[in-house]
Amino acid sequence: MDVFVQQLINGLTLGSIYGLIAIGYTMVFGIIGMVNFAHGDVFMVSCFIALITFLLLTTWLGISSIALAFLIVLVVAMVLTALWGWAIERIAYRPLRGSFRLAPLISAIGVSIFLSNFVQVVQGARNKPTPPMLSGGITLFERDGYAVFLAYKQILIMAVTAVLLTGFWYLVQRTPFGRAQRACEQDRKMAALLGIDVDRTISLTFVLGAALAAVAGVLYLMYYGVVSFSDGFVPGVKAFTAAVLGGIGSLPGAVLGGLIIGLIETFWSAYFSIEYKDVAAFSILAIVLIFMPSGILGRPEVEKV
Amino acid sequence: MVVQPESRAQAQAFAPPVLAVEHLTMRFGGLTAVSDLSFEARRGDITALIGPNGAGKTTVFNCITGFYKPTEGMLRLAHDDGTTHLLERLPNHAVNRTARVARTFQNIRLFQGMTVLENLLVAQHKPLMRASGYTLFGLLGLKGYRDAQGEAIERAKAWLDRIDLMERADDPAGALPYGAQRRLEIARAMCTDPVLLCLDEPAAGLNPRESAELNALLRHIRDAHDTSVLLIEHDMSVVMEISDHVVVLDYGQKIADGTPVEVRADPKVIAAYLGVEDDEVEAVEAEVGITVPHGEPTLPDVTHSEASV
Amino acid sequence: MAHSKTATQAAAIPGSAMAGILRDAAIYALVAFGLCVPIISYRTEAGPGSDLLLLPRWGLVASLCAAIFVVRILQRLILLRRDARRALTPSPAQATEAVQGEPDAGQKSSRIGLWLFVGIALTLPAIAAAATGGLSSARYWIDLGILILTYVMLGWGLNIVVGLAGLLDLGYVAFYAVGAYSYALLSTTFGLSFWICLPLAGVFAGLWGMLLGFPVLRLRGDYLAIVTLAFGEIIRLVLINWTDVTGGGAGISSIPRATFFGIPFSAGEDGFAARFGIPYDSMHRLVFLYYLILGLALFTNFVTLRLRRLPIGRAWEALREDEIACRSLGIDTTATKLTAFALGAAFGGIAGSFFAVRQGFISPESFNFLESAIILAIVVLGGMGSQVGVAIAAVAMVGGPEMLRNLGFLKAVFGEGFDPNEYRLLLFGLAMVAMMVWRPRGLISERLPSVSLGERRAVSGAHVSEGHG
Repeated sequence: MDVFVQQLINGLTLGSIYGLIAIGYTMVFGIIGMVNFAHGDVFMVSCFIALITFLLLTTWLGISSIALAFLIVLVVAMVLTALWGWAIERIAYRPLRGSFRLAPLISAIGVSIFLSNFVQVVQGARNKPTPPMLSGGITLFERDGYAVFLAYKQILIMAVTAVLLTGFWYLVQRTPFGRAQRACEQDRKMAALLGIDVDRTISLTFVLGAALAAVAGVLYLMYYGVVSFSDGFVPGVKAFTAAVLGGIGSLPGAVLGGLIIGLIETFWSAYFSIEYKDVAAFSILAIVLIFMPSGILGRPEVEKV
Repeated sequence: MVVQPESRAQAQAFAPPVLAVEHLTMRFGGLTAVSDLSFEARRGDITALIGPNGAGKTTVFNCITGFYKPTEGMLRLAHDDGTTHLLERLPNHAVNRTARVARTFQNIRLFQGMTVLENLLVAQHKPLMRASGYTLFGLLGLKGYRDAQGEAIERAKAWLDRIDLMERADDPAGALPYGAQRRLEIARAMCTDPVLLCLDEPAAGLNPRESAELNALLRHIRDAHDTSVLLIEHDMSVVMEISDHVVVLDYGQKIADGTPVEVRADPKVIAAYLGVEDDEVEAVEAEVGITVPHGEPTLPDVTHSEASV
Repeated sequence: MAHSKTATQAAAIPGSAMAGILRDAAIYALVAFGLCVPIISYRTEAGPGSDLLLLPRWGLVASLCAAIFVVRILQRLILLRRDARRALTPSPAQATEAVQGEPDAGQKSSRIGLWLFVGIALTLPAIAAAATGGLSSARYWIDLGILILTYVMLGWGLNIVVGLAGLLDLGYVAFYAVGAYSYALLSTTFGLSFWICLPLAGVFAGLWGMLLGFPVLRLRGDYLAIVTLAFGEIIRLVLINWTDVTGGGAGISSIPRATFFGIPFSAGEDGFAARFGIPYDSMHRLVFLYYLILGLALFTNFVTLRLRRLPIGRAWEALREDEIACRSLGIDTTATKLTAFALGAAFGGIAGSFFAVRQGFISPESFNFLESAIILAIVVLGGMGSQVGVAIAAVAMVGGPEMLRNLGFLKAVFGEGFDPNEYRLLLFGLAMVAMMVWRPRGLISERLPSVSLGERRAVSGAHVSEGHG
């Protein structure tokens, strides 16, 4: 029971991070029907931006308030990663609109390879450890010498995720941008005829997806305290799995899927074998795609004849 | 005027139907696209399925050709030799392969990047596959397969001749003009040697000359091959001119069934096309200048009235 | 005369246009600056303790932004010039009547290209030996030839799946791995010879192809790609973790070398050199491996070209064109896809066992997702479905980065620490994007019809008379 509660906490924390990345996949798939393969690497880039910004703030500018440093890192990472998202869409995807159907996917694979090797070249191949940003926590209860521990950073991760998702939900449901975005999802040509700037809407979708990935990046860095250039691929695949599991195109689905994948991963590691935890993630991806491609909250696709 | 040889109709009255649709119902979620539809397509006939937009015609077609699994109902297809196939139980491709039902599509689906000739050879996949020993003999370059391919090409050439596309045989199908693509799609479906050919709006987008050519082609298929035809059509001139039997759908239900002459005199059909209640039909008829009781009624040009609605 | 007017305008760029170009280039430079901060401007280095140190590199950022500023200005000027020229000469797109190109230019070039490729490939060891003055000094070139031909074979194998049947497979390397491990395991545990293992590896990989293909092939497009990627990764992770059988991350070493149909390439009396009465040279084995992979690649090509003319090949291409129409014509799409998938996998497996026998050592590292991406990029760059295109693309994609090793002089420009080889994958990723933007259909996008009346009519006529005679 104690182990179970502890794993539940860990799983929900991890799941929040996956959920944030998954939103980027699900929104882009919803609006232009492509798997943005490079999204995981955008997330990895945001980790590096956060890492360097944090080091700059603490060692060079001497900011000692963790809360202030965290806020600045979050904002800087979101803005700069959003710029990456915007630039990638502009360079690698926009010229391909109307090209044959696999072109964007292949281009995205190219971007993914580029990004991870770019970071390797400019930052080196080693793991980058960060000084702990936030330590300590609360011991929830203790029994037979096993303490169930809720770290402050776990609280922070879940809180930031919840706040941002609420704000994001409001943005998509209640603002003109959200309306334009949903219109483009339904029918891009019709939306354009009705005066919606489709290109701008798609750009904004990428920007938002990247910004949320940056939040995930900051939280991931804080949680694990280490990042390397190859850290984009596996979290990316897991987040994509989350998006598909929740029903691709559905925002609540992405978050739900993220939480489920986070829980499965932690419980699998705790109760089965840690070596095969990535195998588990990939297997879930395959199983979900094969047996329930429309996911939990997605709409089933009817073949158009 | 309508060509309807009496003897032909009488002879066919006794033949078993090639396709019997019984109590077909198709629901998508909460929407009932087709409900409790029953009709028959008689052997050697051209049967037309007509109805206003959204009446469920294409859904019926997709059920017959195996693209949708009907929610309820039975689709019985009979071959000349007496064997019957229940179409709703066959996997999609087997509807063509074993039950020998071929179809065309509302938005033409040719293999655009392949040549006209290749399109007709792909349609002869089943016999060619067998002749190539499921690829093994073909890979070894055995003569049996080369002969079979020669035959398949001859057959394709006969159809190319018929649809007047012999010169374009080596051009990609996607480069053909619209009307030629429609004819090619029909020829391609015929290359699978079907007992029932389902055509989804074959005359859509054709000019009058092409439309006349299409009528000739369909009559040829009915008269010279053992193939019955079931077609969805909006163009009433085509329907009235070539069909032997018309089934009218509205809101997923059958509202009339009979010869073209019978159907176009049916007030329900007129009402469905003009979109009015049954009791208002006479008023509408008076407005558009049709007199039902006296002499032979004339249906207004439905395509036009529909376009204007 | 309106055309020449615009031309002169373009030649002497008015001040307003130039200002626009400068502003545009400045925006580009600004965006580049934003992307450089802080990921290029500060490099993280491990400090004395566990802390990271930041090394500022603002000079690098400044030169990058300046470079982008200049490149953008040049690009705009070139575009302006080109537009002016376009305005003068009407393009085929503007023509009201059909513009007839050379009808079989593509056919001719690809036929010549194929023979040219085969000719060079057949004589490469001799050419390399003559050019470098001896067989052993040609080692580098023969090794490179083997590497390129391995990718040519993999590309041709994957071409069946992606190019002909139109199924995007991102896990192709899994079958390469299955082939390599089946040879490694069969030879080290059961002592089976390479010549028995080679076809067996193909069969195993083909069976795996069917096994994995069966559940996934009803998926389409992106989803199929992602599932095949997942399977590829699963197989790699299992190879890493199933230590008892696969040796885990350490891999399998001392895999038996290839023999000349049973005769080993050794200096001893039973060796190849002694049997054939020629002086022993350690290069014999390498030259033999070269011709082996050339033979395997050409066999793949031969089978593919044959299959394209058979109903199954036509069904693959039809499937690529329109799956729904295929089903309406009675083609069992699942079985058809499965044959393409299994056959592609089988060729991948054969290439894998070649890889194992050539290396003598294999580990899961060699079978990561990047390999799949490289093979896929070769197929796409080649022009999906074109055999010659794939061969050219393999030379460009595998040989090109290899040339980076020879760019040592760049060290003089960028300083001692500069290693051009580091940029191999970075450039590879960029090339994939650039390829999709400029030539999404690949180098050779034309498709040769599998059958034609024009030429075939004669052939078929002769055939018929033969039958009657």
